[in-house]
Amino acid sequence: MTDVIAVEGLRKRFAEVEAVSGVSFGVRRGELFGFLGPNGAGKTTTINMLTGLARPDAGTIHIGGIDCTVRSREAQRLIGVVPDESNLYPELTGFDNLCFCGALYGLGKAERAVRARELLDTFGLSKAADRKFGGYSRGMKRKLTIAAGIIHKPQILFLDEPTTGIDVASARQMRQLIADLHRTGTTIFLTTHYIEEAERLCDRVAFIVGGRIVRIDTVEHLIQPMQEKHVVQITCVKAPDDMQGDLCESFPELECKALGKGLIRVEADEPVRVGPLIRFLEDRGAEVSEARRMRLSLEDIFVRITGVEVDAMRKEKEKAGGGQ
Amino acid sequence: MNLWIAYWNIMVKDMRTYYLKPPNVSWGLIFPLAWTGMFFIKSGSALEGIPLLLPGVVAMSILFGTTSLLAVTVTFEKKNRSFERLLLAPVPFELLMLSKTSGAILFGIVNAFVPVVMASFLMDMSQIVWSAFIPAVLLISVASTFLGLFIAVAVSEVFEAQTFSNFFRFPMIFLCGLFFPIEKLPVILRPLSYALPLTYGVDVLHGAVHGGHAMPFALDLFLLGAFCVGLFAMSLWNIQRKWIL
Repeated sequence: MTDVIAVEGLRKRFAEVEAVSGVSFGVRRGELFGFLGPNGAGKTTTINMLTGLARPDAGTIHIGGIDCTVRSREAQRLIGVVPDESNLYPELTGFDNLCFCGALYGLGKAERAVRARELLDTFGLSKAADRKFGGYSRGMKRKLTIAAGIIHKPQILFLDEPTTGIDVASARQMRQLIADLHRTGTTIFLTTHYIEEAERLCDRVAFIVGGRIVRIDTVEHLIQPMQEKHVVQITCVKAPDDMQGDLCESFPELECKALGKGLIRVEADEPVRVGPLIRFLEDRGAEVSEARRMRLSLEDIFVRITGVEVDAMRKEKEKAGGGQ
Repeated sequence: MNLWIAYWNIMVKDMRTYYLKPPNVSWGLIFPLAWTGMFFIKSGSALEGIPLLLPGVVAMSILFGTTSLLAVTVTFEKKNRSFERLLLAPVPFELLMLSKTSGAILFGIVNAFVPVVMASFLMDMSQIVWSAFIPAVLLISVASTFLGLFIAVAVSEVFEAQTFSNFFRFPMIFLCGLFFPIEKLPVILRPLSYALPLTYGVDVLHGAVHGGHAMPFALDLFLLGAFCVGLFAMSLWNIQRKWIL
């Protein structure tokens, strides 16, 4: 497969801060590529440089073979962009917003009207077509922004945090729409801080931290080595202090980690025998309510590789953009 | 790709969304009316004073209408990020900004003809040299719009756009010969007058309406056109430097 997006040595500095430090990667045609990282990692700056909203200080970007540092407008014909915040016109109706976005890509009047109706239907917004965008709910705004990003049927779609700040049902619907788009052959470049979302949707992911890519691989390859690990999560109703330290000392063959109040994660290369663990904890006054075998997720891999706590990252993002 | 479709739709969208809103239409009507009335009463010169007032009122209507609207709308779109949508479109940057300013230019031209229509009831319009008057109106409108664009790029908040545009507009009322001849200004201020585009447009309007112009029409129009090109180029350079980081 050929790389439809090819980035080499991309750098961007804002005053004293180097937001992107020599990033290189390729995205294959038809691939759903996840770009994951905490706030301030350089995700949006990278997207801005790829889409022509920012100029790189150094490095090259090729989209569909076009050198974007020289001919960014030409490359913009191939791409659709859905930014992290809706940027449509609050004064226009949903239908007019879509038609206007179609016109920006040179679609004729009849063609853009047909396409707008089609998208409104696909995104379940037909009933709100004649309502002003400013009056839409957050989820509806997000859907219409995605619809606007694909009105011209782009070969490549950039989705920046598509499910941030919307309710669970809308987020679920959104993921389905993204998966459907991927199935139609659209190359999708997705940034998200919901790692489980990337795990569910993406073919390959890149982890970016502090402006540098620390790992790129397929989701399968990233998870595979961890799948051989045996993980048990133990929940205690009452838990004494420093359970982690006691467990580590008494069970040196296990890797124990306290995840929060009353929650312990135990990892081992061999199957974990929970009986001795529970007895050990109960002997020390803990009341064990559950011991569950877990499967390590991409989120765990992300934490291991980047050292970034996903919960903190999520809370930070939700504080900024509203909760999901 | 048919760029004309993008150009036309950006202009029409702006007209519908901003310029044809009742508050703006009423501003476009009331503003020239109020100024004409004020100067007419102040001059006490009865109906024969109208030709002397008309060029100034026309110029001022264009200046205030276009700079206000363009500076505010572009700043507003930049603030709510909808301007980004335009920057993401595969439309050459120069064409994009021309389409963005075309609505304001048209608005300025329409504003200019409000006092003209009012004056048509009070003075003999047959003496007006329309072949000079109309190009002057067009170029003043273009120059004022590009001044509005220049202001929009320089600020980040809508209220700043209003304040900053007044910083340019009010001195221009006095310095550009709208109501007071430049020759009557203190010598020290005169060079400043000739550094402002409106001076040349107003000179043509005065000449076209009552024959009182200081420079040949062609020179005035050429200099005004040069200001238009300069302001547009400077605004584009500023946008690319400040907004496409």
